[in-house]
Amino acid sequence: MAKKSNQNVLQLENLTKYFGGVPAVNDISFSIEEGKLAGLIGPNGAGKTTIFNLITGVYPPDSGKILFWGEDITYLKTYQAIGRNMARTFQNLRLFPHSTALENVMVALQQHHSYSFIEAITHLGGWGKKEREIKAKSMDILDRVGLADRANQKARTLPYGMQRRLEIARALALEPKFLFLDEPAAGMNPEEVNALNTLILGIHKELKFTILVIEHHMDLVMEICSHIICMNFGTKIAEGNPMEIQSHPEVLKAYLGE
Amino acid sequence: MSAYTEGIICVLCINAIAVMGVSLVTGYTGIFSLGHAGYMAIGAYTAAILTARYSFYFIPAIVAGGLLAALIAYIIGVPTLKLVGDYYAIASIGLGEAIRLILENGGTFTRGARGFPGIPNYTNLTVAVCSFVIMAFLMFNLINGRFGRAFKACRDDYIAASLLGYNTAKYRILSLVISGFYCGVAGALLGGFLLYIKPLMFDMMKSTELTSVVVFGGLGSMSGTLLGMVIITLITEVFRPISQYRMLIYGAILVIIMVLRPEGIMGQYEFGPGMFKAIKEKFKGDHYSEEGRKV
Repeated sequence: MAKKSNQNVLQLENLTKYFGGVPAVNDISFSIEEGKLAGLIGPNGAGKTTIFNLITGVYPPDSGKILFWGEDITYLKTYQAIGRNMARTFQNLRLFPHSTALENVMVALQQHHSYSFIEAITHLGGWGKKEREIKAKSMDILDRVGLADRANQKARTLPYGMQRRLEIARALALEPKFLFLDEPAAGMNPEEVNALNTLILGIHKELKFTILVIEHHMDLVMEICSHIICMNFGTKIAEGNPMEIQSHPEVLKAYLGE
Repeated sequence: MSAYTEGIICVLCINAIAVMGVSLVTGYTGIFSLGHAGYMAIGAYTAAILTARYSFYFIPAIVAGGLLAALIAYIIGVPTLKLVGDYYAIASIGLGEAIRLILENGGTFTRGARGFPGIPNYTNLTVAVCSFVIMAFLMFNLINGRFGRAFKACRDDYIAASLLGYNTAKYRILSLVISGFYCGVAGALLGGFLLYIKPLMFDMMKSTELTSVVVFGGLGSMSGTLLGMVIITLITEVFRPISQYRMLIYGAILVIIMVLRPEGIMGQYEFGPGMFKAIKEKFKGDHYSEEGRKV
């Protein structure tokens, strides 16, 4: 058996998904080792987000297999993903706009610090202790992403870059071991991208997460990812370390044209 | 206190319990309902039959009314709320009408369209106020905790909520069952207050009234719903002398609020420090720039 540090956390085997007659994901196979910070890149419409949706169970694949810690999760329901210690963010923000930043994080965190229905309606028993615990831990997470001073602001009134950070905070609150980030830097300016780099690297180092990030910003991916998978038109065209990817002829063709 | 004032307070308390239930399901969980009068009817008839015919003590009769309404809500909720969309709204219209028609054609058991007379007068001022206080205490506790946050999450974005580990269908059904219980209890209290109930009291008109009060008070604001209900009930009382024409005023007020404040009287805020802060910031014109500094 392989050493634990080299164990494949996530393994996709010949994954295929058609939308109508179009193969959005076509016979994709790759695997990600524990503790890696991997990147998934490719031009628009390459099928990157579809892969995330297949992994997290938003829709099932037409064929193929997804293994997570060696367990088959191909037909997992979305709400069971949390039990598998995975969390994700979305390309188009999916915050709860009418809740405050703090509540957005609390609603995720409370999944691990639950109390009973009776305690909830009477506010007796463990309610106070648990609520304080949830609130304190949520504040810690907001602090980590630099949103502690915005805790009581409604999510939809936050500036765009902060909403992106809040989504990461909410994903962190699920206390996952594997984090999927879908274009975390979309729509950010260069300074914000830099700050995001630091944040993602910090999370990766301190919390020992395995992270798979979809990104368009090449500089971000090349800077932080040690392993990169490149897709185009639903198929994998290259896989390797940043140096290999940068000089791969197929990748250059996909991004720069013939 | 005159009997008239006492009566109004009783009506306010009973209506408050019913609209809290509708506010939970429509405002907090985002499920529109046009048939909640049906649950009130179930509660009212259950309590009426148990007390008048089988001489039950009124407290178990009221609870039984609430529980039966909750059970019916569960049965109708499971097939319709597993789907995302307005399927429940459509089903609820059918449900409300079906319950009314079953009661009308219930023969000697429900005494049909002529109504059910001779209900013991168990809803006095104390019972109404105590019921309201207990139900409001439980409801506000519920929404200020993990369930309130979960309901709002399922309302705002069911995909994000399900990826946070929430089985959103389960939460929608739970919300509907609780709201069915509230409406059932309100119906049971109404029977004991009016001493006479008939199926026509719980028609589509009553259902839309419940939902419109929630929209009027603010979707997602429990205290807004209560405030809206008090305003609407008092307006219909104040203009009682002009009889049917008061519905004109009722309609006009709904229209005015919807034009001036489409999010409802209280918007999404609850009565409390958060609301005052929001008002203060609105008047101060506090805005945040893109860089996140106060300007």
